[in-house]
Amino acid sequence: MSKPSVRAGLLRALSWEVILLVILVGMMVGFALVAPNFLKYANIMNSTFGFMEKGIIALTVTLVIICGEIDISLSAMIALSSLAMGLASTAGAPTGVIVLIGPLVGAAAGSFNGILISRLEIPAIAVTLGTMSFFRGITYAVLGDKGIKDYPEGFLALGNGLIGETNIPIPLVVFAVLALVMGMLLHRTRFGRYAYIVGNSKKVATYSGISVANLKLAIFTLNGLFCGIASVLLTSRIGSTRPNIANQWDIEIITAVVLGGVAITGGKGRMVGVLLSVFLLGFLKYGLGILNVQGKVAIIFTGFLLILAVVLPDFVRRVNERFEYGSARKRAI
Amino acid sequence: MGDVVLEMRGISKYFAGVKAVEGMNLTARRGEVHAIIGENGAGKSTLVKILTGIHRPTAGTIRLRGEEVTFRSPRDSQAKGITAIHQEVSTFPELTVTENIFMGHHARWKGLLVDQKAMRGRVKQIVNELDIDIDIDAHIKDLSMAERHLVEIVKALSIEAEIVIMDEPTSALSIQEVEDLFRVIRRLKEAGKAILFISHRFEELRQIADYYTVLRDGQYVGEGSMEGADVDTIIHMMVGRKISELFPKGDATIGPVVLEARGLARVGVFHDVTFALRSGEILGFYGLVGAGRSEVVRALLGIDRKTSGEILLDGKPIVLRSPSDAIKRRIGFIPEDRHDEGVVVNLSLRANVTMVVLKSLCEGPFINRSKEKALTAEYCGKMEVKATSYEQEVKALSGGNQQKVVIAKWLALDPRVLIMDEPTKGIDVGTKAAVHAFMRELAARGVAILAISSEIPEILGMSDTVIVMREGRVAGRFAKGEADSEILIKTATGN
Amino acid sequence: MANKSSNQRIIKLLRRRETLLVAIILFLVVAVSLRAPNFIGFENFSDILNDTGILVIVSIAQLGILLLGGIDMSVGSNMALTSIVIASLNVSRPDLPMASLIAISLALGAFLGAFNGFLVAYLKIPSVIATLGTISIYRGMTFLYSNGYWVNSYQMSEAFKMIPRELFLGVSAMLWYAIAVAVLFHLFYNRIKTGREFYAVGGNLEAAGFAGVNVPRIQFLAFTLSGALAGLAGTLYVSRYAIAQSGTASGFEFQTVAACVIGGVSFSGGLGNVPGVVLGALFLGILNNALPVVKVSPFYQMSLQGGIILLAVILNTLGDRNTRTKIIKRRDFHE
Repeated sequence: MSKPSVRAGLLRALSWEVILLVILVGMMVGFALVAPNFLKYANIMNSTFGFMEKGIIALTVTLVIICGEIDISLSAMIALSSLAMGLASTAGAPTGVIVLIGPLVGAAAGSFNGILISRLEIPAIAVTLGTMSFFRGITYAVLGDKGIKDYPEGFLALGNGLIGETNIPIPLVVFAVLALVMGMLLHRTRFGRYAYIVGNSKKVATYSGISVANLKLAIFTLNGLFCGIASVLLTSRIGSTRPNIANQWDIEIITAVVLGGVAITGGKGRMVGVLLSVFLLGFLKYGLGILNVQGKVAIIFTGFLLILAVVLPDFVRRVNERFEYGSARKRAI
Repeated sequence: MGDVVLEMRGISKYFAGVKAVEGMNLTARRGEVHAIIGENGAGKSTLVKILTGIHRPTAGTIRLRGEEVTFRSPRDSQAKGITAIHQEVSTFPELTVTENIFMGHHARWKGLLVDQKAMRGRVKQIVNELDIDIDIDAHIKDLSMAERHLVEIVKALSIEAEIVIMDEPTSALSIQEVEDLFRVIRRLKEAGKAILFISHRFEELRQIADYYTVLRDGQYVGEGSMEGADVDTIIHMMVGRKISELFPKGDATIGPVVLEARGLARVGVFHDVTFALRSGEILGFYGLVGAGRSEVVRALLGIDRKTSGEILLDGKPIVLRSPSDAIKRRIGFIPEDRHDEGVVVNLSLRANVTMVVLKSLCEGPFINRSKEKALTAEYCGKMEVKATSYEQEVKALSGGNQQKVVIAKWLALDPRVLIMDEPTKGIDVGTKAAVHAFMRELAARGVAILAISSEIPEILGMSDTVIVMREGRVAGRFAKGEADSEILIKTATGN
Repeated sequence: MANKSSNQRIIKLLRRRETLLVAIILFLVVAVSLRAPNFIGFENFSDILNDTGILVIVSIAQLGILLLGGIDMSVGSNMALTSIVIASLNVSRPDLPMASLIAISLALGAFLGAFNGFLVAYLKIPSVIATLGTISIYRGMTFLYSNGYWVNSYQMSEAFKMIPRELFLGVSAMLWYAIAVAVLFHLFYNRIKTGREFYAVGGNLEAAGFAGVNVPRIQFLAFTLSGALAGLAGTLYVSRYAIAQSGTASGFEFQTVAACVIGGVSFSGGLGNVPGVVLGALFLGILNNALPVVKVSPFYQMSLQGGIILLAVILNTLGDRNTRTKIIKRRDFHE
C-alpha cells in the first residue's frame, strides 16, 4: 500500500504545474539578476496591463480545448465587440451601456460559432476559420481604414486604471476574479465535470445523459463573452477601436492554454496550469522588453513555445504514464 | 482432399497472463471451405488476428506450405498469401471499387504513372471470372454492404491470396446475397484457394463447408468432415459443459410489469418486437451477432430512432428521446463496449461512478465533494472494485474492475430498470461470478433487468424468461426450464 | 441504349461541383460586365488572371493538406519569408540567373514546409497547432531577416521583375506557372501512386495503414510539397508586385482555404481535386476584382470572404450529411 502511494506522491511532485512553477520562478530570478528593475513592485504590476486581456480569454479557451474543440476566431470576436462599443459610444451611450454592449456582442458572436459547431456538427476549425475573417471583416467593412477614438472618460479609465490608491491594476483584479470563477466552474461544478467527460468521450457522455450539443453551445458562448470582456479592457486601454485591433492574438492565447498543460486532444488539463502559463508568458515578454529584445523576435519565441507547449506536457505525461502502463494514444493529423 | 497449405499446432496466446487461446490446432487445405465454429469468446477472432499478423502467438507453430513462418505485421501476412475479409469492412468510401482494390499496390505503367487501364482490366477479369455484377467504377459509398463484401473478395483475389479468411460474411446479407456469395466461394474453391469460414449458421455451413474445427473457451475441441456430420454433435461440442451450479437464480418474487415494449420496429433493422419486463425479473435476450438485440435496446432508449411501436412504463406510454430521458425515469443502460461507451478511462474512479447522478450531489452549482466521495466509496465497496484510491484513473484498472465501475455507475442511479448489453463480455471468471451475484441481488430487490448475452450458459442460468431473436424478429420465448442450449441455438439459427 | 447512357453522362456532368462553379463564374462575369463593360476587356481580364495565378498555386498547395484532413495555416508566412530572401538575394547578387532564384525559392519553401511536416507527421502535433506556431516563427524570421526594411522596386533587377511578365505564346509566365502547377498536380493526384495515397490517408487513416500506405511519409510529403509551392508563389508575388516586406501575403491562407472549400474540398479529408480548386480560386479572384468595379469598398472583401467560407462549409456539410445518412441507413439495414 505504501509503495504505490509514495510513487503517486513523486508523480504528483513531477506534475506539469510544478514544472511550470519552477520555470516561472527560475525565469523571474534570471531576469532580476540581469535587469535589477525587473522585480520592482510597480514595474511588475504595470507589466500585467500587457497580458491580462489575453489571460482572461485563455480562461474560457481552456474550457473550449478541454471539451475537445478549438477556436481561432478569438481576436476577431474582440474586434467585433470593440466595434460594437465604438458605435455605441459614437451614438452617445454612457460608459455603463458601452461596458455591457461589448460582452453581449462577444457572447452573440461566440454563440454563432457554437450553433454551427454543436447543431450542424461542422468542425470547429472550419467554423472559426470562417468567422475569423467574417467577424474581423465586418469591422473593416464598417470602419474602413479609420478608427473610433470617441470614448467617454469613465470608460477609458477601466483598462488603464488602478484600484483606488493602490498600485493594483484594474485588469489584474478583473482577471483574478474571473480566474477564480472559472477555476471553480471547471473544477467544482457539474458543468466543468461534463466538459471533461465530453472532451474524453462523446459517447460515454451521451449514454450518461449529458447533452453534448448544449454543453458545447454554452462553452462557445461563454468564450465569446470573455472575448467581449477582454475587448472592454483592451479598447479602454488603447483608447480606440481599430479594425486591426488584437491582431494575431489567437496564437498567443492558445499557446498559453496548451503550455498550461491542457491537452490539445481534449479532456485533460487544470486551471492552475493555465494561470501559471499566462504569467509565465506575460513576464517573459515583459522581461524580453526590458532587455530590449524586439517584439518581432518575441513572436518567434511564441511560435516555438506553442510547439514546445504541445510536445512537452505530452512528453512529461508519457514519461509519467510509462511508470504504470505503456500506453500509446491514437491521434489523427 | 487438396494439399495442406496451412497448419497451426499448439497455438496459444495470452494477454497479460490471461488466456485468449490455448493449444489451438487447425489444418487448411487447398480447394476446401473450412468452417471454424464456436461461441462468442471461444477464440475465433484471436485466431484470425494471429493469422493476419495483428497478434503474435505466445506459443505454438504455424506452417505455411510446409515451412514454419511467423507473421510480423498485417502486411507481412498479406505478402505470404493470407487475407481476411472482416465483418466491418474498412474501405475508402470516396474512392472507386478499382481504386479500393488496388490501394497500396497500384499497377503502374513503366513504374511511374498509375495504370488505370491495367487495374480496371485486372478487376474486370476477376469480376468476370467470379461472374458477379459490380460496377467497377462505382464509389464504395454508393454500394450496399453485400457489394462491399464482394469488393473485398475481389481484393483478396487481386493480391493472389491463397488463404482467404471470412469472418461471418453472411451476417449482414439477405438470402439472395448469401446465394451470390456462395457461388463466388465455390469459384474460389475451384481455383484452389483455402477458405476459412467463420459462422454460426449451421444451415449455411452444411451448404458450403467441407470440414470444420470447433473451439470452446479458447481451446481446440475437435474437427471433422462436414459431410454426414450431425448438427447436434457439433452444438454439443460447441457448448460442451453442463450448465453448472454457478447460476442458481435466487428466489426473487416477480412483481408487476414495469417496462413494456409493444410492436417496436426500426425499418430494415428489427420488426414487431414485443415484450414485458417485470420487477424482480431477469429477462434474457439471446441471438446471434447481428440478430438485432442491441439495436432494439438502442431504439428503446432513444439513442436510435424507432419507426414504430410503443413503450410503456408502469402501464403508461412514455417517450424517450435520449438516454437522459431514460435516466430521469431511472432506467439504466450498461452498454456492450466498455471502453468506448461505458467508462471514461482518463478520468478518476470517482468521476466515473458519480457521472450519472452528479445532479443529486450538487448544492447550488457546486458538487459536494464529501457526498461525492461517500457515494463513490459506497458503490465501489458494494461492487468490490479493486483500486488503490478512488482518485485513480480508470485506465489503470483491470478489465473486470472497469466493468465493475460501469455497474457501480449505474447502481448509483438506484435504477428501477437495468438494461445490460453483454455484461460479462471479456472479463475473468471471478468477476463474472461477482457480476452474476449482483444481478441476482438487484433482482431480489425488485429491479427489472434486461440482459443481452451471447453466452448460452449465462442466458440459461440467469434468466427467468429468455427471448431469442433472429434476423430482427423475436423467434422464440421460453420460460425458465423450458429451453436448453440446443433449443436456443436452433431457434437462433433457424434450424 | 446509347441515348440513355449519354443522358446519364449529361446528368452526371450537371451534378458535378465543377459545372456549377463554371456556371456561377460565368454568371458573375456577365453580371459585372453589364454594369462595367470593360470588365471583360482583354487587358482587365488578363490582369485578373495574373492576379489569380498566385492564388491558384497556393490553393493547390493547401489542397494537399486538406486532402489529408489537416490544414496549413502557414502558407502566407512561408511566402513572406521566401519572398524577402529571394528579393534580397536579387538585390545583393543581381547576376544570379532567374531560374536559379526560382529553384532556390522552391527549395527554401520546401524546407519550411518540411519543418511543418516533421512536426505533424513525426511529432504528432495537430496540423492547426503546428502551423499556427510556424506562422509566428516564419513571420518573425521574415522581420528579422529584413530588419523591418522593405525591398523596393528600384532595387530589384529588371529581369527579376520580368519573371511573371515574360510572354510565351502570348500568355504571361505567371499563367504558365499556374497552368504547369495545376496540370502537374492534377496528374500527381490522379495518376501517381503516391498521389492516390493522399486520398486513402484522408479517407480512412487506419485502413490506409493496413493497405500498406506509409502514413507519416505521406503527411511529411504533403507539407513539403505545400511549402515548395508556397515558396514558388512567394517569388512570383514579390516579382509581380515588386515590393518585399514582412507583411507580405498576410492572411493569404484564408483565401487558399476559401478557394478549396468553394472547390468542394472537404475539411474532414479524402475529398477534393485540382480542377475544383482552380475554379474556386478563379471565382475568388474574379469576385475580388469585380468588387471595386461595382463600387463595393475593398474593405468588404474580408467579411465577404469569411462569409463565403462559412457558406461553402455549411453547404459541404449538409451535402456530406445527406450521403452520410445514406451510408448509415445502409449499415443499419444490414447490421
